[in-house]
Amino acid sequence: MNATVAVTPSLPDTGQLNALESESIHIIREGIAEFDRPGILFSGGKDSIVMLHLAVKAMAPARLPVPVVHIDTGHNFPEVLEYRDRIVKELGIELVLGSVPDAIAAGRIAESSERGGSRNRLQTPVLLDTIRNNNFGAVYGGARRDEERSRAKERVYSFRDEFGQWDPKNQRPELWNLFNGFIHPGQHIRVFPISNWTELDIWQYIADQNLELPSIYFAHEREVFERDGMLMAVSDFLKPGQGEKVSTQSVRFRTVGDMTITAAVPSTATTLDQVITEIAATRTSERGASRADDRTSEAAMEDRKREGYF
Amino acid sequence: MELLRIATAGSVDDGKSTLIGRLLYDSKAIYDDVLDAAEAVSSRKSDEYFNLALLTDGLRAEREQGITIDVAYRYFATPKRKFILADTPGHVQYTRNMVTGASTADMALIIIDARNGVVEQSRRHAVIASLLGIRHIAVCVNKMDLVDYDYGRFAAIRDEFQKLLNGLNVEGARYFPISALEGDNVVTGSDTMPWYNGGPLLSFLEDIDASEDLIDRPLRLPVQYVVRPLRHEYHDYRSYAGTVADGIVRVGQGVEILPSGKTSQIAAIETPDGEAQEAPSKTAVSVRLVDDFDVSRGDMISAIGSSPRTTQTFDATVCWMSDTTELRQGAMFRIKHTTRTAKAMITGLDCQIDINTLSPVPGCASLTLNDIGRVSIRTSTPLVCDDYVYNRTTGSFILIDESTNETVAAGMIGSPNFGDFDSL
Repeated sequence: MNATVAVTPSLPDTGQLNALESESIHIIREGIAEFDRPGILFSGGKDSIVMLHLAVKAMAPARLPVPVVHIDTGHNFPEVLEYRDRIVKELGIELVLGSVPDAIAAGRIAESSERGGSRNRLQTPVLLDTIRNNNFGAVYGGARRDEERSRAKERVYSFRDEFGQWDPKNQRPELWNLFNGFIHPGQHIRVFPISNWTELDIWQYIADQNLELPSIYFAHEREVFERDGMLMAVSDFLKPGQGEKVSTQSVRFRTVGDMTITAAVPSTATTLDQVITEIAATRTSERGASRADDRTSEAAMEDRKREGYF
Repeated sequence: MELLRIATAGSVDDGKSTLIGRLLYDSKAIYDDVLDAAEAVSSRKSDEYFNLALLTDGLRAEREQGITIDVAYRYFATPKRKFILADTPGHVQYTRNMVTGASTADMALIIIDARNGVVEQSRRHAVIASLLGIRHIAVCVNKMDLVDYDYGRFAAIRDEFQKLLNGLNVEGARYFPISALEGDNVVTGSDTMPWYNGGPLLSFLEDIDASEDLIDRPLRLPVQYVVRPLRHEYHDYRSYAGTVADGIVRVGQGVEILPSGKTSQIAAIETPDGEAQEAPSKTAVSVRLVDDFDVSRGDMISAIGSSPRTTQTFDATVCWMSDTTELRQGAMFRIKHTTRTAKAMITGLDCQIDINTLSPVPGCASLTLNDIGRVSIRTSTPLVCDDYVYNRTTGSFILIDESTNETVAAGMIGSPNFGDFDSL
């Protein structure tokens, strides 16, 4: 008589999203009201998609009066570039590009000598040049504090000096929802409106708002090989080394970045609900699963942030 | 799922980071790879037991020194609730970072080392929690394993701390005898202390009611931004964007625009979910008015007949946060209050508050880092404000140094919830 009961995995409750959404919109409005010229960083990743969506809501029904800024490593997922161009056109907003390949060609920076040719660190000088050349007093970033432990320490308004540096031991006190955006010429503020969202919040919000994502976030068949315990996608920018065996697997990406450092995770989740169920059950952090750049050392992110990284 | 914002506070080595590590670890909020990395570091250092604090101390300098320098924000969820936990530094030198973490908290979690009892930093944290208007306090008497789980020790600390809270007019604090290291009474109960039957800390955190009763609270809506879409389909459209700071905004409601004092009615409300008939406190809205007035950033839309104060002079309590300058009478700053920025002059430094006696220190000429004092302020333009004890958003401000742009003080308008400073 014990018939098997099909158990539908229950999705977590989403009541916290309203509070997070209002908090983020408040932060975005503060920045737009107070800075002469802010820019909004956009990578085509899920976090920047949510941030852009919130920024559009914050100004509705007016158009977003802020350009979208993309720091292009030249090692992009084609699906992400296509998505970026389409959304910018739909919203009718300006796109500002900072190009790592252009900076290499101009001799501004040298191509990376790291294995696999990661351009992750090269983004920092290009980002800082782009901020300087466009006179951005502030740039919005889609970083979350749950991503990594030095990010867990960063203010919503993160002050950067003339060199773009973050000084973690001397951050401005940040009280209530009163943000101090005063700067001298040459300095800028990184504004992080979705600081308090977790990876799961982001996914639940994407489902709740029915936001479109680049297709690489869902399970698909792809040629991959294993490196340092991570699944790397075979591409024009990254080829398997000796002894690294290529296989075709069903994978998806948990983060979107430079193709040479962004790893895939095995997955069969083809819908948002399936992705959320996977995320709610996972035992590996987003960065641990998919970012080769953070495995370098115990303080890899802190060191890059000090230099001006996102 | 409801959100609860908690700020932790404790003195150095009270085991605060360990407690948080324990909460995250036992509620399975730590991913395996993060745990593995921390465990590897702990064993490399030949620690005798796994150092849970390594899970939270995020900066290189913090790990080197084994102390928390700045606030770290942590996130965890149980099936009942989502938590945002501001892990704040215990060291007296970093008190300003504790104030940062506490300013947005619904609840303070104060940790006391059972061996040391109530120390000056515990007192300071209790005073700051009270000053900042945190309504819920949980006190963890930690390291009970090192005092043989002794009831007498726990009771003595509880009674001493409660006496302090009584003086601060803080009600309803709860006390937990715990061992963060062993996990007693944190996420699960413990059979080491049969004399305690109050349940573990996490159950309490899951169940406390942090909601506010907004029914009788008059509307406060500071205008952040004027939305004027320059698009043909929105000809003459003008809405006022802001986050509701108190009460509920309703379509048809009569409102007063301050500081001008003009009155109008709410014509329409946009929320993040679209058009709505009403929206409660903390919602980011944009509203349209029936009348076409000149309303700008820094103005306040409030319920008629319940006006906040519109003033250029007021008394306040300030926490001084600069380690390079002092606060003195006559000093000038930028002041940021709700969505308005103005200039402010310190017209009087009335006293410093002694956190041990909660009474004024006579004859003080300046406030230095981490001092708390009572000041009189005059501003260059009127502020539309309430007392901080009435509303944390419309009653709070920061002072900014005009030459360095540093945030130098956290301010709370009116008198604190304790002591008698009105007669000064």
